[in-house]
Amino acid sequence: MSFSLDLAAVFLPLLGAIIAGFGGHRLGDKGAQIATCVTICLAAVASCFIFHEVAFLGAARTHVLFTWVQMGTLTTHWALRLDTLSVVMLLVVNVVAAVVHLYAIGYMQGDKGVPRFMAFLSLFTFFMLMLVTANDLLQLFFGWEGVGLASYLLIGFWFDRPRACAAAMKAFIVNRVGDFGFMLGLFGLYQLCGSLDLNVIFKAVPALVGTTYHLGGYSFQALNVIGLLLFVGAMGKSAQIGLHVWLPDAMEGPTPVSALIHAATMVTAGVFMVARLSPLFEYAPAAQTFITMIGAITAVFAASVALTQFDIKRVIAYSTMSQLGYMFFAAGVSAYGASLFHLMTHAFFKALLFLAAGCVIHALDGEQDMRRMGGLARKMPATYALMWIGGLALAGIGIPGLFGFAGFYSKDLILEAAFARGTWFGYTAFALGLCAAFMTAFYMARLMILTFHGDEADGTPAIKAAHAHTHRAPWIMLGPLVVLALGSVFAGVLGVGSFGGAADGAFWQGTLFVLPAHRVALASPVPFIITLLPLVMALSGVFSACWLYFKRPDMHERLVLRLGPVHRAAANQFYFNELYDLIFVRPARRIGLMLHLKVGFFDDLYDFLFVRIIQKVGAALWQRGDEALIDRFGPDGVAALAHKIARGAGRAQTGYVPHYAFVMFAGLAVLVGWALVRG
Amino acid sequence: MITGAVFYMFALALIFSATMTLAVRQPVHAVLFLIWSFFNAAGLFLNLGAEFLAFILLIVYIGAVAVLFLFVVMMLNVKGDKPTRKRAKAMPLGLSLGAALLMQMGAVVWTWPSSPLPPPAATEALTNTEALGRVLYTTYLYPFQICGLILLVAMIGAIVLTLRHREGTKRQNVWMQLGREREDVLEICHVKTGEGIER
Amino acid sequence: MTSILTIGLSHYLSVAMILFIIGALGVIFNRRNIIVMLMAIELMLLAGNINLVAFSSYAGDLTGQVFTMIVLTVAAAEAAIGLAILVVAFRPRGTIAVDAFTEMKG
Repeated sequence: MSFSLDLAAVFLPLLGAIIAGFGGHRLGDKGAQIATCVTICLAAVASCFIFHEVAFLGAARTHVLFTWVQMGTLTTHWALRLDTLSVVMLLVVNVVAAVVHLYAIGYMQGDKGVPRFMAFLSLFTFFMLMLVTANDLLQLFFGWEGVGLASYLLIGFWFDRPRACAAAMKAFIVNRVGDFGFMLGLFGLYQLCGSLDLNVIFKAVPALVGTTYHLGGYSFQALNVIGLLLFVGAMGKSAQIGLHVWLPDAMEGPTPVSALIHAATMVTAGVFMVARLSPLFEYAPAAQTFITMIGAITAVFAASVALTQFDIKRVIAYSTMSQLGYMFFAAGVSAYGASLFHLMTHAFFKALLFLAAGCVIHALDGEQDMRRMGGLARKMPATYALMWIGGLALAGIGIPGLFGFAGFYSKDLILEAAFARGTWFGYTAFALGLCAAFMTAFYMARLMILTFHGDEADGTPAIKAAHAHTHRAPWIMLGPLVVLALGSVFAGVLGVGSFGGAADGAFWQGTLFVLPAHRVALASPVPFIITLLPLVMALSGVFSACWLYFKRPDMHERLVLRLGPVHRAAANQFYFNELYDLIFVRPARRIGLMLHLKVGFFDDLYDFLFVRIIQKVGAALWQRGDEALIDRFGPDGVAALAHKIARGAGRAQTGYVPHYAFVMFAGLAVLVGWALVRG
Repeated sequence: MITGAVFYMFALALIFSATMTLAVRQPVHAVLFLIWSFFNAAGLFLNLGAEFLAFILLIVYIGAVAVLFLFVVMMLNVKGDKPTRKRAKAMPLGLSLGAALLMQMGAVVWTWPSSPLPPPAATEALTNTEALGRVLYTTYLYPFQICGLILLVAMIGAIVLTLRHREGTKRQNVWMQLGREREDVLEICHVKTGEGIER
Repeated sequence: MTSILTIGLSHYLSVAMILFIIGALGVIFNRRNIIVMLMAIELMLLAGNINLVAFSSYAGDLTGQVFTMIVLTVAAAEAAIGLAILVVAFRPRGTIAVDAFTEMKG
């Protein structure tokens, strides 16, 4: 029973993708939607059961399905590994995917590629499930690459828009850079441990602590190097600073895509990977430090950019980046449980925010610029309320000890852990995390104010007309939002006990590994003020935003003037795109052009050396050899000869009967003469 | 003596008429010369004591075949050939062929080890006809019957070859006549006095 | 041949031979019409008949004469069929000149 349940949870989305993908023509929009939504909902239900079984009843299991690679010393299998970590992810992925599928039915209504869209959504879900249930790193990598592919397909879904195509390519290429690092890490792991199986690696790691790589006179600890390389992959996938440039542009895709991939699932693959390989990272302190710093810097950097953006989806995208930074620095301080807790809550409220933003965009016929929005609270009350819920959850608002939104619990857990860790990077992360919390609350409130409050924006007649007929979102789109809102509200309070538990506790059951030293550090009590600080930050962020925008709108301009260059830098995403363009894109283009034009003397050289000579030889062979010899004896010679002979012989057939008679008599004469001579 | 004279008369006449058959311009003349050739051949047969065959030759060859030739000549309205001077080219070749054949056959004929004796007298006083009859219907029955078949086939063949269907001629179809039913042709109507029938 | 006057088998055979060659040359040297060719063929058959009868007579065996009858039959049949073909072939051509029957050319 459990086997078929596990199979259903993982493979039903694939089935849905295949049906919709290949049968989309015949089934039509409705058929494809039904196929994919039914399969994903069934998978989500199965996931709930499995989650309950594994996490609370302790029935962890691994099913080995097929052998994949069997080559020399490398043996990998297709397997479903279901322990607490994977079933948590399973639950999150499937539930959010189901919700997004249903939402997409309403959002993509009338689009000309609906079956393709639904198929890609299901396909993406399948790849993610393969990733989280992997029992060896090769299957994980398969899912890793697969979600990258699916995100490319979905970002560039509207392929007749050049910006969408460019964004899809950018996403895939930047991901690829990360994947390169990941692959190098895999190679190193295989070389050290002799296998890519997780269990084998986990057992082997403690013994490998002393191994070093020697490179150019320096020696590096092998596990650190591998950890760093693997984290590079996570940086690409989860859009941490350096490899983050694809995430904002990925907003070119339809909003359900942003919700599923960039809020809830794919970007969290990096966090999952770090958590899954916690037995490895625990022994790689340098890697952990690096992870923490990168995570914390990303959290602040992304939040600062989000303050300046006007596109509603971009704000939420940078917010995602920032929250991912939180998750990473939690993992960096060994608080894997907190990191995953935040992953789950974040999935709910970020998806909620994206989908609600999608409702707004849908209502305004595609308008995404917040400067052209305003006063929508009255027109779309349900969306407004739901978005507030998501926003408060994101900001981490709650009453300690009593009740809080989901983000309140998870964010708090993370910051406490960072503080409790005690190391310099722990404190730094804590400080940066607080700043980011303030900025998070601020930009969230800013978003709400600009979108829903105030007067209707001035604008062109088209915008006014769009505003005139804004309508409430249809139930197919609001229903999923309600589900997510419930999660945003209650998941925190319900889950904090389990998720916040010890790594070897009843909930996690050793799927997350924390070194005893770190565990002790994390368990040390934290002053109450520290627990309160994030909340203080969040509330002040909300209030300052409200004050600025309502009471002192002119302050906005003055602040912008004062902070001139900084503001401009933030608004331009700190010129990362321009930097990369300068360092990578332009040189690549120029090298290609130069090779084509200037170094074209190579072409001339080859032409002289090879092409001309071959041409001459060929011509000579053709004239002398071919014509003179072969043709003479062949087509012109023998064939012509045969022709002449035939024509000559044909002249004997005159058709004139007396001639035939003559020949007959002549033959007779010959025969008779012969007979006479003989006998 | 007389046999010799008669032989030479007929033989020379035969050769002459044969040559003339192929030499004259008008086809009717040619046919007439052919008939004379047959006559001469019949004479030779008589000389050899095959009188039945001689007369069969007259009846069949002249009476049927030659007449047939005449029929065809008349039907096709064959015109005489105009004099041409074209024959010079192939003459030597053909004549040499003829000469070759002549020499070859002559080599056989004139060196035949046969007795110059006249034909032996008949043991019984049978006429050629009766003698033939005795042999023909007994020993050579099958060839005789097959000859009949050959003639049948030739007849059918000649008809099949030359028959042309004429459109519009009235023919009788015996099967239709025999297969006619009473209902197809006869209908009895009761006619009231003074009234006619409507069809 | 002992003497020319005492006619023996050879004489008859010579006659037949000459007749045959005349017929052969008639077939070969024919530039006029097909009828002449057919007549030449009749002459050749006649020559054969003379041969047969001569041999039959000088051998005292009637087989030759029986065979002559058969040849006669065949000759008649052949003449009939040949003329029928000629008539049929005449219809599209309108002529029986030998030159008109060169469809087997080439």
